[in-house]
Amino acid sequence: MQLTHQDFDGLRVVRVDETRIDAACAIQFKDTMRALSDSGPARIILDMGRVEFLDSSGLGAVVAALKAIRHGQSLDLAALHPTVMRVFHLTRMDTVFTIHPDVTTAIEGIANAS
Amino acid sequence: MHPEGNHSCETSPKARNIPKDHELRIVLPAKMAAVRRGLQTIKRSERLSGLPFDTLSNLEIILAEALNNVVKHAYSGHPEGIIELHLSRSEHELHCVICDTGQQMPNGALPSDQQADLRCTIADLPEGGFGWGLIRKLAHEVGYIRENGQNRLSFSMEVRTNSPPEA
Repeated sequence: MQLTHQDFDGLRVVRVDETRIDAACAIQFKDTMRALSDSGPARIILDMGRVEFLDSSGLGAVVAALKAIRHGQSLDLAALHPTVMRVFHLTRMDTVFTIHPDVTTAIEGIANAS
Repeated sequence: MHPEGNHSCETSPKARNIPKDHELRIVLPAKMAAVRRGLQTIKRSERLSGLPFDTLSNLEIILAEALNNVVKHAYSGHPEGIIELHLSRSEHELHCVICDTGQQMPNGALPSDQQADLRCTIADLPEGGFGWGLIRKLAHEVGYIRENGQNRLSFSMEVRTNSPPEA
């Protein structure tokens, strides 16, 4: 499970460099995300543009990543593929997360909000 | 593989007239990594060529949940277990049967359908329990029987083809 990150002013973009977040890598994803939010700034964007598939274990790991952020920290999602978006929609997790169409929009949205 | 009988993972009688080139049979070891590879094999199979993206996408979601359930629950602690999957395709429908010889479902039946209430604090959000909800929303005629030491989960999916399958 490879995650790379890039820091901007008060903002960290974490990119998932895998095509799947599934039962085979969910725990690793959760642990790596926790380390990246622990050491990260107030705003975190998870760039899922390379993720073509996410199962319920993967969804659970993304929810765990949201639950792991600090008080005052935020975690937004960006660039969800249609299959991934469908899993968020069918489980209604799309009502829990802030989901941006792409990373640029996410960065602009967060810049305008602060 | 089937210690209490020689029952193979047969599909439903109505699907038996389907041409062989519209059937897919896969045998997987009960491991997460094998499930991942199996899903990728199925998605790329020529037997499913010409299916719309949405159908393949829904099929992958259902199969991922069903197969991971077998690995995590039926064969919990038994990575040597074997899962057999049979998929048949007719003009308007996909029919799938998944068999294993692991533990039976709790109470011998499919779990009840409970959608978690997400109107809670972030700390109380569920991190699991989404699998059956996804299967039930995307599949039709979801059935489960325990017979001769074997679990058989079956389901169907509507296929909406916009264009005829590629020759």
